[in-house]
Amino acid sequence: MKSLEELRVIRERMQGTVAYRSEHESLEEAVASEHGKYRTHVLVCGGTGCTSSGSQKIRERLDEEIRKNGLEEEVCVIKTGCFGLCALGPIMIVYPEGAFYSMVKEEDIPEIVEEHLAKGNVVKRLLYDETVKGEDVLPLQETNFYKKQHRVALRNCGVISPENIDEYIGTRGYEALGKVLTEMTPAEVIQVMLDSGLRGRGGAGFPTGMKWKFAAANEADQKYVCCNADEGDPGAFMDRSVLEGDPHVVLEAMAIAGYAIGASQGYIYVRAEYPIAVERLNIAIKQAREYGLLGEDIFGSGFDFDIELRLGAGAFVCGEETALMTSIEGNRGEPRPRPPFPALKGLFQKPTILNNVETLANIPQIILNGPEWFASMGTEKSKGTKVFALGGKVNNTGLVEIPMGTTLREIVEEIGGGIPKGKKFKAAQTGGPSGGCIPTENFDVPIDYDNLIAIGSMMGSGGLIVMDEDTCMVDIAKFFLEFTVDESCGKCAPCRIGTRRMLEILEKITKGQGTMEDLDRLEELAAHLKSNSLCALGQTAPNPVLSTLRYFKDEYIAHIVDKKCPAGVCKDLLQYKINADKCKGCTLCARICPNGAISGKVKEPHAINPEKCLKCGACMEKCRFGAIYKE
Amino acid sequence: METVNLTINGLKVSAPAGSTILEAAHAAGIRIPTLCYLKEINEIGACRMCVVEVKGARNLVAACVHPVSEGMEVYTNTPKLISSRKKTLQLLLSNHDKKCLSCVRSGNCELQQLCREYGVDDENYFAGESNHYELDDSAAHMIRDNNKCILCRRCVAVCEKVQGVGVIGTNNRGFATFIGSAFDMGLGETSCVSCGQCIAVCPTGALYEKDYTDKIIEAIADPEKYVVVQTAPSVRAALGEEFGYPMGTDVEGKMVAALRRIGFDRVFDTDWAADLTIMEEAHELLERVQNGGKLPLITSCSPGWIKYCEHYFPDMTENLSSCKSPQQMFGAMVKTYFAEKQGIDPKNIVSVSVMPCTAKKFEIGRDHQNAAGVPDVDIAITTRELARLIRRCGIEFTALPDEGFDDPMGESTGAAVIFGATGGVMEAALRTAVETLTGEELANLEFTDVRGTKGIKEAEYQVAGMDIRVAVASGLGNARELLEQVKSGEKQYHFIEIMGCPGGCVNGGGQPQVSGDVRNFTDVRGIRASVLYRNDQAKVIRKSHENPAIKKLYEEYLGEPGSKKAHETLHTTYVKRTVN
Amino acid sequence: MLSKKSAVPFRGTKEQEEELLKVIEELKDEKGALMPIMQRAQDIYGYLPIEVQKIISDQTGIPLEKIYGVATFYAQFNLSPKGRYQISVCLGTACYVKGSGDIYNKLMEKLGIVGGECTPDGRFSLDACRCIGACGLAPVMTINEEVYGRLKVEDIDDILAKYE
Repeated sequence: MKSLEELRVIRERMQGTVAYRSEHESLEEAVASEHGKYRTHVLVCGGTGCTSSGSQKIRERLDEEIRKNGLEEEVCVIKTGCFGLCALGPIMIVYPEGAFYSMVKEEDIPEIVEEHLAKGNVVKRLLYDETVKGEDVLPLQETNFYKKQHRVALRNCGVISPENIDEYIGTRGYEALGKVLTEMTPAEVIQVMLDSGLRGRGGAGFPTGMKWKFAAANEADQKYVCCNADEGDPGAFMDRSVLEGDPHVVLEAMAIAGYAIGASQGYIYVRAEYPIAVERLNIAIKQAREYGLLGEDIFGSGFDFDIELRLGAGAFVCGEETALMTSIEGNRGEPRPRPPFPALKGLFQKPTILNNVETLANIPQIILNGPEWFASMGTEKSKGTKVFALGGKVNNTGLVEIPMGTTLREIVEEIGGGIPKGKKFKAAQTGGPSGGCIPTENFDVPIDYDNLIAIGSMMGSGGLIVMDEDTCMVDIAKFFLEFTVDESCGKCAPCRIGTRRMLEILEKITKGQGTMEDLDRLEELAAHLKSNSLCALGQTAPNPVLSTLRYFKDEYIAHIVDKKCPAGVCKDLLQYKINADKCKGCTLCARICPNGAISGKVKEPHAINPEKCLKCGACMEKCRFGAIYKE
Repeated sequence: METVNLTINGLKVSAPAGSTILEAAHAAGIRIPTLCYLKEINEIGACRMCVVEVKGARNLVAACVHPVSEGMEVYTNTPKLISSRKKTLQLLLSNHDKKCLSCVRSGNCELQQLCREYGVDDENYFAGESNHYELDDSAAHMIRDNNKCILCRRCVAVCEKVQGVGVIGTNNRGFATFIGSAFDMGLGETSCVSCGQCIAVCPTGALYEKDYTDKIIEAIADPEKYVVVQTAPSVRAALGEEFGYPMGTDVEGKMVAALRRIGFDRVFDTDWAADLTIMEEAHELLERVQNGGKLPLITSCSPGWIKYCEHYFPDMTENLSSCKSPQQMFGAMVKTYFAEKQGIDPKNIVSVSVMPCTAKKFEIGRDHQNAAGVPDVDIAITTRELARLIRRCGIEFTALPDEGFDDPMGESTGAAVIFGATGGVMEAALRTAVETLTGEELANLEFTDVRGTKGIKEAEYQVAGMDIRVAVASGLGNARELLEQVKSGEKQYHFIEIMGCPGGCVNGGGQPQVSGDVRNFTDVRGIRASVLYRNDQAKVIRKSHENPAIKKLYEEYLGEPGSKKAHETLHTTYVKRTVN
Repeated sequence: MLSKKSAVPFRGTKEQEEELLKVIEELKDEKGALMPIMQRAQDIYGYLPIEVQKIISDQTGIPLEKIYGVATFYAQFNLSPKGRYQISVCLGTACYVKGSGDIYNKLMEKLGIVGGECTPDGRFSLDACRCIGACGLAPVMTINEEVYGRLKVEDIDDILAKYE
């Protein structure tokens, strides 16, 4: 077991090594700084995004080339968590220069090793183009993607090795836990949380300090701290990135929470679909136990705390707090009514708090830097930063962390680098299946919990999907409803049946069979589900429909009245046609058509029989003359 | 007790701290509708019928589980709530087999009732795709029709939590959710014990007993057949509920009159056989106690309990009394003793029983239940089926005179009639065993320690210098708890009475259904049991061994209790079953 | 009701059963151990047929139906094994009008299973899928990664013969 003093020794030994990888005024200063055993640190992203684009191979090849060049004593290769710019993966960054190589290919490795690592010549050709300005190599932080970001929850992601507890300790890791256990009472810890204004990052934005206060106030022989790592929104991966890049911060924060409320046992409920996160959490828990940072009598304070991992098994509803607890208890993950709230009767009927991964990732720094520091960031009612998974029709897809109050426009246009192919921007979707679509006219609204709700969406866990003119808003609403229908647990009637009925109406509309009365019915169902469903899944399931109805009703009407899909997405409302001027009469389309809908003589313009056309698009794909179009 | 003050619809109300809005409203005379809620059994807040508005709450809250708090302002019947409930009902109907006219529950369906109350004027308002399920008729006693299931899960909760059986549960999820058994097995393939408690709590027509009323009508119409009926003690304590009498009305006389008008050749009483059971079982007990037989002896009247024991405690089947249940003893005597006396070929006798029980339908098909080489009982119907039969035969039940049972198998004692309540068999057996052991007349016949609706009861009696320790359990969850203690050696008894249904037969799975909102606020078991205890008290003869008809039976036919003949006709065997 | 018991004969080995019993012994006293046990059981057997769920039920005292209810709630639990070769027939509109329904029926007949099941020898499992975007090749099916287009019912025998 490590004492506070021993921890300090590790921290002092490691902090130079870790700091070596961060911003420096100049390259000279960087080179001169303390770098531990190795002069050059190569950080390769080992997050899920980069892993699936082949970063494992890159790392193996790096090791091989470094050995070949005899650099093993000088250069180290570190597998980190997510850097954020997933669209550019696999990603690696070389310190002290801070050279940022993107979309690295295996065959580029020998050159990078021989030229850069051995001789010190950065291979500019292979750098992310935004970091190259003439002869200069710009630090990553100056690129558009990173410039406006402010990393609190993600501060260690892409900086430290998540599998090495010493590196975490080098970033003042577990110092907050030490401070809490030796210098603060539980009440003081809760007060700090209250003063910081931190609100839950999992969706609803309930003040974290309040949650802790309620649970602390309830007497019980056993209490629990749970971490919600069952991130299930399609397109969201903030929590995964934290777990993969900085697992110890979650463990440390849970222990702090345990101390504050009087719990000795924690559970992390993590999706089984996140194997890398699970593996790193297992490693981290083992290391923390070895160091005595989990277990009995931590830092000799008399405080016991341990953590167990529980894997989800593929049910989105388990992200709901009571469902998550029901699932940990070994049941079907169905929500239960509140009250009783988990702070009184939660897991195994004992007082329990549930915090989301990103929420927890903020906590050690709040303890170390003080609540005022945290409260100085963000807006009046939403403090700190928020991580978003930026996706959809945007150039820089990836993970971004911005101070609360940043506008959507800044995120999409500046950080996200705008819309690909010069398309027109239509809307941004936040909050996943519980959220809504925000139209361009609201793009300058500062993002915080309350503003997003006011404009018909919600913060949610942080998925942010950008949509352009080619996105059909009715189709999007249908997509999310399909998701909630699949994921409804089936316990309460409004959600079980109501989501299904809403989906059926949307299907009707996208097939051109809708009526204006259907819109009323849709709104009626939406209102019913919002106020009558048992849990948040059902209560928020109508949001994608309501927000699109609010801002894009004209698209619904176009589907219903004109039988047209303005974005050209809904198959049943499209007609494939042949431009007679462009058609050369090659007959390829007629041969390819699965239903014999195309006819015409050789070398004469062909025509599509709309009665027989299945709208599969095979002809359009195959036409060599661009003669086939849809409208 | 601490109380809190709140307002409900503007009315000032105080309620004990910790009570729910539903309870506080009920106490104030305001009914909030429920479909899934069963007090202490199914408190899951799933059906959303009980939603109410609470000032300051973000959403509607479920009154069935939401506790009251000081200063709370509750509204239970605002336009928003009424429309919410109506829409939830319409959503349920959109995935419900709306064949109300041909539904067994038409007229006492809780869903139908609420639709009427909330003015559901268009049952196809939210029409859309619906699920279709095949009927499960694999069990001997009942049918599950999931097309009428509203997923309230009362049946699941009763099966798992009350009975500790757990052979039905919730499968799949979302719109595809349904109630069924593991791997979609038919109920008949599982270790279902046929207790029928799931039927008793089902709010709709999704669960119902296999109905044999028409078979009875056919048998009666057949001139070749001699149709004899017996009625269990609890039937008379609940049948009246089907005809508008308040719960707790004894309708024995009208029931007998009705059966006679339906056309049964003889209307007998299972109570007669209950007295016979006591003779045999008390004899068995004394023999086991005196000769070092297997103890504790456990009663065998409840076929649901018997099947449970065979599945879940197969190593304890030797503790079971070898006595047939009163139903089967009765059937055996009808086809042997009575047939001989009347000179009727037992093959031409149709032996019908009216029972508060669905497991009796399973019991009649068991092995070694055929004393005359033909089944002891041919048709077992429930109290509910009897009500249907009475209606079908056009009998004006309420207008009937009170009539008495036929002789000789209609004569019974007070000891027999209390068989229907938990502890009744024990009390009846004690009355006979004690007098047999001591040879003296009991000063006080009432063994109050074993009365009452408590799940597990214990008592100890000094009889002729012996300590007799007894226990009574009703409901199979309680039975399990008790037996685990016996098995572990923690508790030791000479004699245990176990009834499969909580509260005993008065609350059997075949009794008239009591809607959730009545059940939640009424002591159904206690009220029905009180009929039996009043009946006992009113009897001149209250001890089984004093029943003259039974004495005559032994004289004329059986000889002694436990005789060879008695064993051939009145005792049976058990099997060991697996859990599925 | 159709029982969901797998048509594939259970091929669990003694070793697998011993491993499962060890897992249950190790976990069963933990709170809420059912899901971890089921997850480990699926790691051992690849799926959770009735034989495996029975073992879990017998060892933990948890009713079989409750285990089944949990297994059918979560998407990651399988009741049927996957074949070595996974056949997926596109029943999207384009393929359907070109006769993929006939292909699907023929496969069910040939293999003696219905969709979602696996052949008793563990060789093939069969599923229907939505459009895979190869409408020009309709009707289409895939076997593992391989795509077969412009299928005719009479091709089926030859194609299946390639997978032994």
